[in-house]
Amino acid sequence: MAILFTILYFTPGDPARIALGQEVTAEAIEAFRAEHGLNDPFVVQLGRYIYRAVFHADLGYSYVMKSPVSFELASRIPVTIKLAFWAVVFSTLIGIPLGIVCAIRQYSLLDSLTTLVTLLGVSMPTFWTGILLILAFSVHLQWLPSMGFGSVSEMVLPIVTLSGSAIAIIARITRSSMLEVIRSDYIRTARAKGQKESVVILRHALPNAMIPILTIISMQFGMLLGGSLITEAIFSISGVGRLMLEAINMRDYPIIQGGTLFISVAFCLINLSVDILYAFIDPRIHVR
Amino acid sequence: MPIMKGNSMWKYTFIRLRRNYLALIGFAILLMLILTAIFAEQLAPYGFADQDYMMIRKPPSAEHLLGTDEFGRDVLSRLIYGSRISLQVGLIAVSISLVAGGAIGAAAGYFGGKMDNLLMRVMDVQLAIPTILLAIVISSALGPGLFNLMVAVGITSIPRFARLMRASVLSIKNMEFIEAARAMGASHLRVILLYILPNCMAPLIVQSTLSVANAILFAATLSFLGLGIQPPFPEWGGMLSAARPYLRNSAYLSIFPGLAIMITIVSLNCIGDGLRDALDPKQKR
Repeated sequence: MAILFTILYFTPGDPARIALGQEVTAEAIEAFRAEHGLNDPFVVQLGRYIYRAVFHADLGYSYVMKSPVSFELASRIPVTIKLAFWAVVFSTLIGIPLGIVCAIRQYSLLDSLTTLVTLLGVSMPTFWTGILLILAFSVHLQWLPSMGFGSVSEMVLPIVTLSGSAIAIIARITRSSMLEVIRSDYIRTARAKGQKESVVILRHALPNAMIPILTIISMQFGMLLGGSLITEAIFSISGVGRLMLEAINMRDYPIIQGGTLFISVAFCLINLSVDILYAFIDPRIHVR
Repeated sequence: MPIMKGNSMWKYTFIRLRRNYLALIGFAILLMLILTAIFAEQLAPYGFADQDYMMIRKPPSAEHLLGTDEFGRDVLSRLIYGSRISLQVGLIAVSISLVAGGAIGAAAGYFGGKMDNLLMRVMDVQLAIPTILLAIVISSALGPGLFNLMVAVGITSIPRFARLMRASVLSIKNMEFIEAARAMGASHLRVILLYILPNCMAPLIVQSTLSVANAILFAATLSFLGLGIQPPFPEWGGMLSAARPYLRNSAYLSIFPGLAIMITIVSLNCIGDGLRDALDPKQKR
């Protein structure tokens, strides 16, 4: 809760310097400022914002659309969550097995190939991946649509785009974490007592290698929520990200604040739940 | 390993680095990029804003090696000039975060107590916001422009440097040579700058290299979203964004700028990984 408060403190600070459109008269600006309480000192504004957000779940009104920010956000949040969630699932399902295989067959052809691909994966800008995918699958092959996020076929490209770098990072961490575990004594013991190799890897090694992997996945979730801004812009998906980008162009600060707040809170909640999850995976960590 | 005179850490590092061919390739590419940026005027066949209305969106040819864009400007020349902007943003943004983050981390680690608590909690709060989102929000508040872009990108990686610096300072500050320096009457600032800083260079260098890659990527992303460098100045991300409407007919306009970004980032990542392995041989990969 303390962290939440401090984020609230931090977030409205940035866009507080208001810049309205250039064509309006000075009186109109003055009226607008008075109406939204923008003439009050920074601390007063901040206090009011926090008070309303915490006690009334009220994030203010959009300057442009004249509707409550919470209402605008609520209609967009499910799409963004869906996008980020499936991207995390997808990148985990590909990244972890890839990392395991590389760790088992260290220095094999597959391992070097994966190292190369993951290097490219972390170096590709998300927006370029998206453009290339559109070029290949929508323009040339015409298999998948390049816009929207309703049907399953529309969901494929955005999810793949968004998970690109996450797959690479998860695979890298899984590989190095597994390599460390595989060399330990209890793995040798498990092998010595005649366990099948698959059981050794999946039941003895993987759970012990899981902590760093989970950490990186939870961090990636936050990155993906932020990255959804770009993906949503490329594929014209009307989620929180696009709402925020439009708001940035319109200087609609309450929306930007609300959106940033939503993503930061979601990020914190994910980190918190992962911290709790550690205790279930690793009995050495106690929940206090 | 051969016996060397003056066997400094840097000499060993250099020898280890020489065996890492990925890092060497990275260095070679980066060197080429830097030279390209310096000699952009000599290398570019055309100016970055030269428009030729007879040559609008022509695919690659002998005259225009990478084709021309929607204003008839030469794509190759724009890419060459664009390397200036990207490298500048990368270097200056990282310098900002290195100096600010380093100072915060050093103060927090060295003085400890309340100072440590206060500074690091502020850093934690910043870490709670996904970095790319923070960069977008800051640059939208500052407005477009080269310098604002550098500041926005620079601010986002301050906490990472602060944490790194704090951790290294904590591991060093209780050693005897620090105590000796204090006993000889060195001021706090002198101890930090002359005794502690040289001993935490290794992680800072690695982090800086990787951060330059990140900064270039962020700068391109912000320009792609229309928040960074404004046209007609050629920024790779901005070029990609301008090329989007023509994806169907002039795909090459979208491919080459992206390729330029990727090559730059790959080379920096290779160097960063190579340096990390070379500077810290104990660490397993």
